[in-house]
Amino acid sequence: MNSSPIKHHTVSWLIALTLLVFVLSVISLNVGASRMNLLHLFTQPDDRITQLLFVSRWPRTLALILAGASLAVAGLILQMMARNRLVEPSMVGTVDAAALGVLLCAIVAPGMALWLKFGVATAFSVTGTLLFLTVLKRIPLRSALIVPLVGLVLAGVIHAVSGLLAHQFELSQALRSWNSGDFSAVLRGRYELLWVAAGIMLLAAFLADRFTVIGMGKDFATNVGVNYQGLTAFGVLLVSMIVASTVVIAGALPFIGLIVPNLVRLITGDNLRRAIPLVALAGSALMLAADLLGRVLIHPYEIPSANILAISGSLVFLIILLRGRKQWA
Amino acid sequence: MIEARGLSKKYHDTLVLKDVSLKISKGGLTSIIGPNGAGKSTLLSMISRLTPMSAGTVEIDGLDVTRTPGHELAKRLSILRQHNESTLRLTVRDLVAFGRFPHSRGRLTAEDQQHIDEAIHYLELGEYQNRHLDELSGGQRQRAYVAMVMSQNTDYVLLDEPLNNIDMRHAVGMMQLLRRAADEKGKSVVVVLHDINFASCYSDHIIAMRGGQLAYQGTPEQIIRSDVLSDLYDIPTSVHELNGQRICMYFRELI
Repeated sequence: MNSSPIKHHTVSWLIALTLLVFVLSVISLNVGASRMNLLHLFTQPDDRITQLLFVSRWPRTLALILAGASLAVAGLILQMMARNRLVEPSMVGTVDAAALGVLLCAIVAPGMALWLKFGVATAFSVTGTLLFLTVLKRIPLRSALIVPLVGLVLAGVIHAVSGLLAHQFELSQALRSWNSGDFSAVLRGRYELLWVAAGIMLLAAFLADRFTVIGMGKDFATNVGVNYQGLTAFGVLLVSMIVASTVVIAGALPFIGLIVPNLVRLITGDNLRRAIPLVALAGSALMLAADLLGRVLIHPYEIPSANILAISGSLVFLIILLRGRKQWA
Repeated sequence: MIEARGLSKKYHDTLVLKDVSLKISKGGLTSIIGPNGAGKSTLLSMISRLTPMSAGTVEIDGLDVTRTPGHELAKRLSILRQHNESTLRLTVRDLVAFGRFPHSRGRLTAEDQQHIDEAIHYLELGEYQNRHLDELSGGQRQRAYVAMVMSQNTDYVLLDEPLNNIDMRHAVGMMQLLRRAADEKGKSVVVVLHDINFASCYSDHIIAMRGGQLAYQGTPEQIIRSDVLSDLYDIPTSVHELNGQRICMYFRELI
């Protein structure tokens, strides 16, 4: 009775994606401006190689895995709370608010401690996300497409405020780097905040059933005894902390939270208990692939992974929109 | 027992429910009937704490619904609303399993699985149980939601127009199922019904609402009468006894 075809299906994908993440990680460890082969670690170990591996390549690869997984899960949770599949943190103001927070830190107290910056960015993210959810509650929703549009307008407003401030304080270049995330500056000692994001992702996985219930709507949640408002508030905090940590470490990374959950739902549906592990793994794989592509395309220079994500992500988003035309209208 | 005292609901400046007080005794099947806009759904969703009341109180077996923790109430009372449009891709079995959430908080035990199987079996959903909700017809989806409420296995089961979207065969099946839940399992079932003949044939008690107020209440013999129904719906009706069941005719006025 318990061995439904969907569960078998999910397990096969789980194995396939784990392998994919593993393969991409190995490639990621081998690719970079400086020539290195992981095998040399065994055949001709020297200080330069171990140094490069443990100070740069390994932290970068780990950061990619953690950021990709947690951002994809954050997107899924946000979609449950907004009850809409066409949104993700960078489309509703969550990311832009975090970037505004980081910008204010740079203006008010340059060189502020990392965890403090993270705290400020989280507070801004929470505010931005709550603003979006509040506006959403107050407008009549005639079509599912209204939801991302409202989010994009809000994100745009926050983005413009940041732009103006950055211009005033001559931080435009810094803002640009926060708005387009990349992992080229990630070294040992400069990515560990992402473990917080990963921990929060685990917490979200633990609460998977509750977030599925939230996705079914307020009445459904109330009927089964889930505190809708309380859990939504907690969900906003979880999503914001994940987003804030990635913005502080790497910058904005668009579309992962949108396309990964939408692709996974085609495989395993929306029961988060099954979907979250797949979403996390697929998020890591996408992030690794985007970063690798950025490192290889104009080697030895780099294209920020945010740009790769934006180009490929918007294409996939268009396909999702066109495929589900009837559903959204 | 469900006891409502002085229930009112105001949306902006319109009173949609005006000072309704009623008791629904434990056990049996109670139908709520009445014309559109009578406040039937509002009454049901206030009893089940889905909609906050503007005034008044509701107690379920002595527990005030606004003060009792939600997860405690969820073990005693279940509610299925009229519109259950979800964009989530869940399988029928997943949905029904969520009915066990108040009891197991997500960790399904063997007993939970038994309740899920039973509910799926009762609503004849066995062959669809691994299908996604969006792949089902409206009627099948409606039955899946009712199965979920059944697996919740609460003393009080409230359903807002459960016969919506359902064909004749399944409507009869649904009412028989609700009757059995009341007779064999001692559940108190409260349903909002639009088809008064279903209300007549299956209810122990009928509550008739009109204009946000309680208009009539009583047994089917007391309510399914042409004078009462003609007054309630403001159209000519006639009630006939057929095979021992009181049937209301109203489809075409006799000239």
